[in-house]
Amino acid sequence: MTFEPLLERMPVDRLPSLSDEAGVGERPRYREEASFKIHGGCGLMGICDESGALMSGEDAIRAMAVQRDRGNGLGGGFAGYGIYPEFPDHYAFHMMFHDLKAKEEAEAVFDQYFVVDLAEPMPTRPVKGISDAPLLWRYFLAPDPHKLESSDMSAEDFVVHTVMLINSSVDGAFVASSGKNMGAFKGVGFPSEIGHYYMVEEYEAHTWVGHNRFPTNTPGWWGGAHPFTLLDWSIVHNGEISSYGINSRYLEQFGYKCSLGTDTEVAAYLFDLLLRRHKLPLELACKALASPLWSEIDRMPEEEAALMKSLRAVYGPGMLNGPFAIVLGFNGGMVALNDRIKLRPLVAARQGTKVMVASEESALREVLDAPDKVWMPKAGEPVIARVKGMDWPIHGDLHLSASEVSCAVTGAEDTCDTAEVNN
Amino acid sequence: MPHTLIQPEYRVEIDYDKCHKCGRCVQQCGWGVYSFNERPIPDDSKCRACHRCVTYCPAHCITIKKNDLALKENPNWPTDLRKAIWRQAETGGVMLTGMGNDKPYTSYFDHLVLDACQVTNPSIDPLREPMELRTFLGRKPDSVQVEANGTGGFKLKEGSEVSNNVELAAPIVFSPMSYGSVSLNVHKSLSMAAQRLGILMNTGEGGLHADLYPYQDNVIVQVASGRFGVTPEYLNRGAAIEIKVGQGAKPGIGGHLPGEKINKEVSQTRMIPQGSDAISPAPHHDIYSIEDLRQLIYSLKEASGYKPVGVKIATVHNVAAIASGIVRAGADYVYLDGFKGGTGAAPQIIRDHIGIPIEIAIAAVDQRLRDEGIRNQASIIAAGSIRSSADMAKAIALGADVVAIGSAALMALGCHLCQGCHTGCCSWGLTTQKPELTRRVDPEWGAERLTNLVHAWSHELQEILGALGVNAVESLRGSRERLRAVGLDEQTCKILGVKPAGM
Repeated sequence: MTFEPLLERMPVDRLPSLSDEAGVGERPRYREEASFKIHGGCGLMGICDESGALMSGEDAIRAMAVQRDRGNGLGGGFAGYGIYPEFPDHYAFHMMFHDLKAKEEAEAVFDQYFVVDLAEPMPTRPVKGISDAPLLWRYFLAPDPHKLESSDMSAEDFVVHTVMLINSSVDGAFVASSGKNMGAFKGVGFPSEIGHYYMVEEYEAHTWVGHNRFPTNTPGWWGGAHPFTLLDWSIVHNGEISSYGINSRYLEQFGYKCSLGTDTEVAAYLFDLLLRRHKLPLELACKALASPLWSEIDRMPEEEAALMKSLRAVYGPGMLNGPFAIVLGFNGGMVALNDRIKLRPLVAARQGTKVMVASEESALREVLDAPDKVWMPKAGEPVIARVKGMDWPIHGDLHLSASEVSCAVTGAEDTCDTAEVNN
Repeated sequence: MPHTLIQPEYRVEIDYDKCHKCGRCVQQCGWGVYSFNERPIPDDSKCRACHRCVTYCPAHCITIKKNDLALKENPNWPTDLRKAIWRQAETGGVMLTGMGNDKPYTSYFDHLVLDACQVTNPSIDPLREPMELRTFLGRKPDSVQVEANGTGGFKLKEGSEVSNNVELAAPIVFSPMSYGSVSLNVHKSLSMAAQRLGILMNTGEGGLHADLYPYQDNVIVQVASGRFGVTPEYLNRGAAIEIKVGQGAKPGIGGHLPGEKINKEVSQTRMIPQGSDAISPAPHHDIYSIEDLRQLIYSLKEASGYKPVGVKIATVHNVAAIASGIVRAGADYVYLDGFKGGTGAAPQIIRDHIGIPIEIAIAAVDQRLRDEGIRNQASIIAAGSIRSSADMAKAIALGADVVAIGSAALMALGCHLCQGCHTGCCSWGLTTQKPELTRRVDPEWGAERLTNLVHAWSHELQEILGALGVNAVESLRGSRERLRAVGLDEQTCKILGVKPAGM
């Protein structure tokens, strides 16, 4: 395994040998959750205050607590946006370490490329039911200006490269999230327990997403819980993509490698492809992923029908087929999307400037005391919440190739080996 | 000396107690098996077991049996090889045959099984939910470019439409079979059915008869090495144009339509003298390399106002590299014809021993085009013994966009696979130009049977998609994750991109 192309762009002394002085137990490589496709069901929530007003994480925990039966205790998590107002321009790295050595090695990477303005253990409290937690730390980082300039990369690219470097080459270290003014709190356990363990109720965010996982088989890995993140976007997902086989092969054509074997990963890369690389508006990306039926398209006005026909003809292999409900969170808001014939539950509500979605209506009623409107979004009709005055689109100026993106997210080495610049 | 050492392959047995002595069998047999002397007398040596007489006998008194003459057993010398040697010793010629490869090669389709949903994801009931088969044949752009439409929505950026694609109601077309090799009534049946079904028929290399003009929007017009019937008008009539480089039944071989089949109508359509042999050269004499192909593709596009242009090849060893070259040369689709594909006439030795199986070819080509990032630039049509909707579903899962059926279509019209197409005596009136035989196919009847067949397969494909839990065929296309191999070796699984059952 070599990192020549990477190191050329980002000159660094070779990392210290990773094989010696292993910590307690075998150090896992956080690169692949399983060599097979993982099936499962889930519960989820998302809430966004479009005025930008902040809400306590308690709301998110309560929304997931009433949906406890949708998971089996093998994964829960949250992501909040606007949680670090004191560090709005720093990249907040939420880290999972298997042992101190992994931490040292990851920190060596940070020290090399970044100015570390704060490093601290993630605040947690003991909670019954949560055990085997990795070492959890967070870092507020700004790219070293000289290194950034000499790298000839945008700051976003620079960060993703770092994530990629750590996930793929530092055994026992995993980047749980790396965006600005946001963070993911996830692990193995029920979401209410995970939320209290991370003290999520102490944070305030304008947008929260939450997830309760029901995998039918999994090694029970903390990094494998949702949300799934890169930079400032996060995905929670309930579903089973029956078209996984062709979706992943389609993505391979653009340089992505789907090595986690999860549907969420496929959904995340498809959003990345459509929004960032093909520059489709969010509404149309949703239409490409959960396409209207031909019988609907044939009844549309000519201009719209031509557009939908093109979307289906071109993005047919990327269409997510099979049951799913998905929430994509980002610093500008969130979008929730159902599959094209609504095979998984998703309900939405609005109360004033708050837009909320969840798998079950009970979650909406738990959090919103007097919703103006509660509705069942139609199949394939996205629910979009945009925070007033916030940047749009989703992530900044990424110029990475697809394989670099997949490598950063999954940490799979082979993706870096075959990095082809396909942009 | 005996006239021949070869004994009849079949025994025609007539139960004379039941026989009406009506002479229908004499009239129906195109091979001249029967003579009549107070009662029908069969000549076994002429029988091809096509069952025309059996089907039409009002008394059901005819039985065709295998002539079970014992020969000294020798697995190294099967009966057909011994007969071939006796026949060639008599004639000194190349043995001709019709239809597809009849040797017992492995069918990889029969070693692949499909998936279904249980619990973690729901199956979908095609009787209650939409189940979409609509398919686009042609080149797709890499991405869709949009701009604001001024009313808060979006519209396609000018010039970014998916142009030059043919829309098919189902992922199935009829294979090229030329007018000349098959009768005009067969062509009419195919084109009428194609129009009703919203799919395509394919002229083959024999031109487009004027009677088919009303159906031209559902016709692929073929340009083969003989260039029969090719005019600017012909190119502009079709929905798409196909350059035929090769055929699965006879890779590397040209075509030979005997003069007996060139009657007045065929001669007009092909633009060759009546009664003259129609010889298609083995290569196109203006295509000796890939860059020549590119020139022809673009010449045809220029001549037709940029209709989709496809290229049909036989699947041979290097099919993936060849297909990649074809796509890069500008083809809108690649038509892969596997080594079990049918023919109206081919040397038996070529038909039975050249080329590779279609399943392998689909897998290799689809993967190569993906590896090169050009899979969206061309559709793949797969042909060469697609025998059922299951074969169709498996071909699509391996990576084909569309399948083409030829033998199955002829069977819908009565063909019994007797392999006598090259004789021009087809009792079912399909591969013949004899008016007393061709009139046996009523185009209206034929179109209805073909329509029924494609509808039946479409419904079955919808059932399969429903079981797989997807409601559009594009979600099965190339989704090899939904296939598993039973009884295939590791290397073959790897080539097919399919895991063994249990993994």
